[in-house]
Amino acid sequence: MRWTLWVPLMLFAFFVGVAGYQLFQPKDEFIPSTMIGQALPEFELPAASETRPGVTTADFKDGKSKLLNIWASWCLPCIAEAPHLESLKEEGVEIIGVAIRDKREDVDEFLATHGNPYSRIGADEISAVQLEIGSSGVPETFVIDGEGNIIHQHIGDVRARDVQRLLEILEDAS
Amino acid sequence: MSAELGLAALWMSAALAILQLAGGAIAQRNPDAPLAALVRPAAILQGFLAVFSFAMLLWVFAITDLSVKLVATNSHSMKPMIFKLSGAWGNHEGSMLLWVTVMALAGALIAWLERRLPEKTMQATLASQGFVAIGFYAFLLLSSNPFERLATPAVEGSGLNPLLQDIGLAFHPPTLYMGYVGLSVAFSFAVGALLTRQVNPEFARVMRPWVLGAWVFLTLGITAGSYWAYYELGWGGWWFWDPVENASLMPWLAATALLHSASVLAARDALRVWTIMLGVVAFSMSMLGTFLVRSGILTSVHAFAVDPERGSFILALLCLYIGGALLLFALRAGSVSEGQRFALVSREGALVFNNVMLSAILGIVLLGTLYPILTEAFDVRVSVGPPYFNPVGAIFTIPMLAVMAVGPMLRWREDNIDRIKLPIAIVTVLVVTAALAIVLFTSDIGVLPLLGLAFAVGLGVASFMPLRGRNLLRVPLATWGMVISHFGIAVALLGMASESAFTDEKLVAVAPGEATQLSGFTITLESVDPIAGPNWTAMEAQITAQRGDGAPVVLNPQSRHFWAPVQQTTESALLTRWDGQLYAVVGAPSPDGRWQLRLWWKPLVTLIWYGGLLIALGGTLSIIGRLSSDIRRRQRLAREADERADMAALRVENGAAPAGGAA
Repeated sequence: MRWTLWVPLMLFAFFVGVAGYQLFQPKDEFIPSTMIGQALPEFELPAASETRPGVTTADFKDGKSKLLNIWASWCLPCIAEAPHLESLKEEGVEIIGVAIRDKREDVDEFLATHGNPYSRIGADEISAVQLEIGSSGVPETFVIDGEGNIIHQHIGDVRARDVQRLLEILEDAS
Repeated sequence: MSAELGLAALWMSAALAILQLAGGAIAQRNPDAPLAALVRPAAILQGFLAVFSFAMLLWVFAITDLSVKLVATNSHSMKPMIFKLSGAWGNHEGSMLLWVTVMALAGALIAWLERRLPEKTMQATLASQGFVAIGFYAFLLLSSNPFERLATPAVEGSGLNPLLQDIGLAFHPPTLYMGYVGLSVAFSFAVGALLTRQVNPEFARVMRPWVLGAWVFLTLGITAGSYWAYYELGWGGWWFWDPVENASLMPWLAATALLHSASVLAARDALRVWTIMLGVVAFSMSMLGTFLVRSGILTSVHAFAVDPERGSFILALLCLYIGGALLLFALRAGSVSEGQRFALVSREGALVFNNVMLSAILGIVLLGTLYPILTEAFDVRVSVGPPYFNPVGAIFTIPMLAVMAVGPMLRWREDNIDRIKLPIAIVTVLVVTAALAIVLFTSDIGVLPLLGLAFAVGLGVASFMPLRGRNLLRVPLATWGMVISHFGIAVALLGMASESAFTDEKLVAVAPGEATQLSGFTITLESVDPIAGPNWTAMEAQITAQRGDGAPVVLNPQSRHFWAPVQQTTESALLTRWDGQLYAVVGAPSPDGRWQLRLWWKPLVTLIWYGGLLIALGGTLSIIGRLSSDIRRRQRLAREADERADMAALRVENGAAPAGGAA
């Protein structure tokens, strides 16, 4: 028996091993922000709505961990995540919103219809802050610790199953 | 009702595949068993039923039966008929049904027509064909049923991806699948030969026309796919090293190597183990491609429905079939003797060298395609593209082209280079002159395009050299086939190299009435108007292209908007001249009323696809030549046997033969 005849089978077995392993890995289509673990950049955003004040970096440095939610009134998944943000707020979490490329009247209408879990809402009209913190879409939610450092990035809408995990990360961050 | 009939036929085909496997397996132990006689009929009936099932799928698509889930999700009542039909295979389930239909049809054809091999080997072959088919029937019936009904019929279908609503889709997948899955015959022949240890020249002669047939379809399918991508995607490129393109190229490379090694086996009884190995590898590459495309393990422009469950199912099939065949190969191939020896400088020597080169290129493409999966296991994301495939592939392609030019002039078994030193000198001078001329008359040309152009010229001339000094009317058809296929490679290579070396590209924003210049063409945007098609609306540009003082020609590129499903596509407009193509795409309007135009002049680009057609034509001629000479040989043998029998009978009658003599 010649050992060379077994080479194709071995190569194939190696392929099956790698492919099988890969097949059962969760497919992560998102590229996480490289800003995680770093301090928030300096910014100052005007209020996006009559009902809440604007946002500055200093607002994140009061020693309490909180959520930074990037959203927009024109974004459909933001409607889907609204009730879950509401339940996070009920758990005592402070949520600061940044409305992306939005109009004041649209923001007000959205908040009136879908609820307002935010303590502050800044208006980011040219996505400047959004890009600086490494977010490429709406909605995205960041966990910021009490010193204004970015701890965690959640890409996409917050769903029911994410609420508990976000609470745990917030707990760890404070 | 049609959907249920189709599904029933599919179940029955699957049952017949089991019968085919069982019969073939029993026949290995007991050739006279009653089941053994059923193997061929089972294979033929299975082919009929699979075709019937596919016809039923076409029918539900033709009448847009929206109670069938596949129709509702992939078709639309407003689509033109041709795209309703092609929609049947423009999705995962339908294309899998096409896959098993071709596989069953191939099995039916060998069961019906192939009578040259020992019956035991044929039964083992058909058993293997049935065995592989069973897995794909199971996949189709258990996880991808194309005939699934909706509880409540849909009001309207959601339409077919507009990119697929093109005449290219009507032809590219069926031809590609004929080739892709047709290679299952080579796989089954190889397995059958391993099981019965019948690896000999007769086996190669039997397998060769079937492999050639699949290879011709594969060549046409790849050529059509490349042209389709070129004009439909609007990027001006003709090959992207996309995983799915690679998935069709790899079986082609393996099949090309297989054809040539089968020739050595048929003519000289050498390369037995290697030929068997390639027979297994060629179809394994087809199955591997199916896995890569449908499991979602790689990201590709050909996104089929991605589903890890389907992925695991196909991976299990791969383990069973490829793993099983390779295990059988490892266990049995040791007992197959290597066959005849030959000298390094000989026809066989050249064929072996190029077989190794083809296999190396196959290995490179395979590695490049699978590398992202491997690195992702270590959390490194890479994308492998032309910067890897082009130069690394060229390392092996260039020596292969050189040997391809010389090899067909060598004699079998042993030859002397001195005998053909004149033609070699002519070809070498041609290549060097061409390279020098190109360097002198062009500026800034890459090394690979330069080598491509020079070798294309050399190979183009060299491919006709095997005909020198021969009466052209008496040259066998198979030799003509080889000459034309090799010439086709040279033609395609010239197109590829010329396209990459000399393409002129321009992106401009022009207002209606304005003109721009590109490679000797004056291109004027006359107007942009809205027009309506059967299931789309478009902004159509009216462009005139005038070359020098020639007559202006009108081009109409469009930016199309489909409403089911909603999608924007660009329809390029092509102006074909003997020396190249002008390629125009209209883009978005700017606020000041100007329109974006993207223009390319691609010299000799059409040669890429003409080359592909020539390669396929050569293959077709070879099939006809091989089959007719085989029929003649058999008739001669039969006639000689008859004559001998007559002579013997005569002698017996005359009482001249001693008892127990010539009879």
